[in-house]
Amino acid sequence: MSAVKTSASGGASSTGGSALIGRLVQIAILVAIDLFAAFLVINLARDGIWEFAIFLALVTLFVNVIQFRKELFPIRWISPALVLMGVMVIYPILYTVYVSLTNYSDGNFLTKTQVINQVSRERFLPEGGAVFDYVAYRNEAGEFALLLTNSAGEAFFARVGAPLEAVKPDAEGKFADTIDGFTVLPRSERFSALATLSALSFGPEDQPLQISSGKARALQPRFIYDSAKDSFTDRLDGKVYFADDTIGFFVNVADYEAALAADPNTRISSFYLATPTFAQGAGYRVLVGANNFTRFFTSPAIRGPLLQIFTWTVTFALVSVFSTFALGLLIALLLQADTPAKRVFRTLLIVPYAIPALIAVSTWRGMLNPNMGVIGSTLSDILGYQIPVFSDATWAKVAILLINLWLGYPYFMLVCSGALAAIPSDMYEAAQVDGANTLQQFRFLTLPLLLVSVGPLLIASFTFNFNNFVIIEAFNKGLPPILDTPTAAGQTDILISYAFRLAFGSGRGADFGLASAITIVIFAIVAGITMLQFRFTRQWEETSKNV
Amino acid sequence: MSSMSLAQNSKRKRGEGNYAQQKLFWKVVRVLVLTFFVFFALFPAVWVLSASFNPSQSMSSQTLIPRNVTSVDQLLVNYRVLFETPRYPFFRWVLNSVIVASITSVLTVMITALSAYSFSRFRFFGRQGLMLFILLVQVFPNLLAMVAIFLMLQQIGQYLPFLGLNTQGGLILVYVGGGMGINIWLMKGFFDSVPRDIDESAQVDGATHWQTYWLLIFPLVRPILIVVGILSFVGTFNEFVLARVLLRDINSWTLMVGLWGFVSDNFGQNWGIFAAGSVIGALPTLLVYLFFQDQIVGGLTQGAVKG
Repeated sequence: MSAVKTSASGGASSTGGSALIGRLVQIAILVAIDLFAAFLVINLARDGIWEFAIFLALVTLFVNVIQFRKELFPIRWISPALVLMGVMVIYPILYTVYVSLTNYSDGNFLTKTQVINQVSRERFLPEGGAVFDYVAYRNEAGEFALLLTNSAGEAFFARVGAPLEAVKPDAEGKFADTIDGFTVLPRSERFSALATLSALSFGPEDQPLQISSGKARALQPRFIYDSAKDSFTDRLDGKVYFADDTIGFFVNVADYEAALAADPNTRISSFYLATPTFAQGAGYRVLVGANNFTRFFTSPAIRGPLLQIFTWTVTFALVSVFSTFALGLLIALLLQADTPAKRVFRTLLIVPYAIPALIAVSTWRGMLNPNMGVIGSTLSDILGYQIPVFSDATWAKVAILLINLWLGYPYFMLVCSGALAAIPSDMYEAAQVDGANTLQQFRFLTLPLLLVSVGPLLIASFTFNFNNFVIIEAFNKGLPPILDTPTAAGQTDILISYAFRLAFGSGRGADFGLASAITIVIFAIVAGITMLQFRFTRQWEETSKNV
Repeated sequence: MSSMSLAQNSKRKRGEGNYAQQKLFWKVVRVLVLTFFVFFALFPAVWVLSASFNPSQSMSSQTLIPRNVTSVDQLLVNYRVLFETPRYPFFRWVLNSVIVASITSVLTVMITALSAYSFSRFRFFGRQGLMLFILLVQVFPNLLAMVAIFLMLQQIGQYLPFLGLNTQGGLILVYVGGGMGINIWLMKGFFDSVPRDIDESAQVDGATHWQTYWLLIFPLVRPILIVVGILSFVGTFNEFVLARVLLRDINSWTLMVGLWGFVSDNFGQNWGIFAAGSVIGALPTLLVYLFFQDQIVGGLTQGAVKG
């Protein structure tokens, strides 16, 4: 993309030469990108992951188009950034929307195509299938092969994953001890090798043979997929399972109804996860519409914790913003006056800002431990009472807010220092002439002017704290728990950590669909706050013109 | 110098001698209050530093000045345990962090500089819309979409194992993609401050756009490249959430995820080791911040004043 000739650079021949090389390099890179993308897109499409395949195809198309349209020359420079942003930021946002509309979870993890392929690969040993006597061979690399003979007098040499080769015995009816580098396994090793041999499938992949009860037997597909009926037939017992695209399982209605008769509370999804024929992984992901969102309101088990978590998220963010701003401003004011050793103070007071948040929060967590931590145990000694900072929700929240104050004030200290220095001093002189006292100067002059510049940052800080996952996770993993909920929810969890817990954290199975639905709520709130921020920025700028 | 000092107000009400006394009084108050805040700010840092040198690894027996220490060896017990216990591949974690952070910051600088040059120098249809779009996308940091990113990398990893979960390649791409927006804006502002006459005279002399960019402008904007590179390095080095979600295997962990391992499991006993690891983990960032204090403060306040 680099050395494209511009209209101004026609003259020098050296430039022309390097431009040609540049053009060749450019085309080589483009071909490499296209091959890479094609490989991914084809594989994704083959497994039925259409959403990603289509997005990648569009991105690749975009990359190609801009290389061949001269007027899009400026876009070429931006394209690496756009592609990375597209795949790593924009696609995840779109994909979150998509996942929130599906039942994507531990039980419904794969696409339908992947499930059909996986189930089709399951084999069983049918009665009356081909049966062979075998002799085991091994080569120097430790690979095994079998010499197979059947009652019809045919003989085959079977390696792992390769077609059978017909072999002929010599005149005396014996077979060679060494075939293609494979040697007959000595009698002494036959028994010890049995476990290894039984785990292998010999012969071609679509018609493998396995060792079982002293014979090599032909395995056959157990489930036969009928694409017209969209169903699997189990050859073991003849049952038919139809794809139910509303729940993402292959279902045998008769079985389910029998289970329902035995226990009226049987849920269809848990039933199909538990049936032995379609064991784990056999569910596939399907669109379930707004199901995950309606669960917010209809399911009392989710509604309760969600409301509680939402309230705490907003409280946490608001209190954090105001406390850090207040302390930061106070320190900035103290540093503004003629205080000795200002620079030393400022350098030392920045330190919390320069310590990685995870380390800082974990350190606080250690220090606040009521039994062992330096602050916790000292307080216990003084008060004669252990503050249950990890097991009581209120104390845990207080501790979190305190730690966040420590983490967050240096930012506002720095920002306010800068903003205060930018307020012209003649304004204060004028105020003094008008007889305003210090408090009045602060209230009617400093604060409004400060808010013009710092206001948008306050809102940005709110958004940041709204999603401040690290402090919640590092302090107490959202604990203590909210009791009596089917999902893992903690009393100090905020929305983003709750989404994390639903997707990764709990031992109760991942629910990516529900987690994504909560992420969508977060997106909506963040978008709303940002619009507010833009409006306030404009409003504050207008106010400042009037001051 | 500013009239925010409480003392100046009392100037008009009282006599000159009284005023000097008052002024001193408030000065002492300010220093005391600031000293209190310094104590608040530094205590955890000092405490964790002290813990790292305490021979007793448990939390409850720690003292600010390590007791019963007779040799330097004893001071370094925690560090030795950290380095020598095979159960924690500590150097591996540090190496992983350094690799991921270095490649991320170099790629971020290279790619955002290209974009910033284009936005700064070319006038094309949709330029302003595109810049606004990049800014808006930046409103949603990609850690919000961690579930989607996890699923996406899991899918990619089936076909390209070096970009899947548990890989540095995948994590780097996620970081670089997430860092585009704000850095393009930062750089574009700086590129704008380089006079366009430089480009034009070079192009009159027959230089291509690429030559102008690479040989002339790129060296001129080195200060902002360094700032973006350092901030990106530090930010990546300290990042915890996405690393934790995407790296499941202990050997692929970054330093922050590894430290989290000490914290989340039997913290009371791991306290000394955690402290030693934390000192090593926090040092690069701390040094960068103290070294580049003025630049960082300048950047922050510039943003603040501009709004």
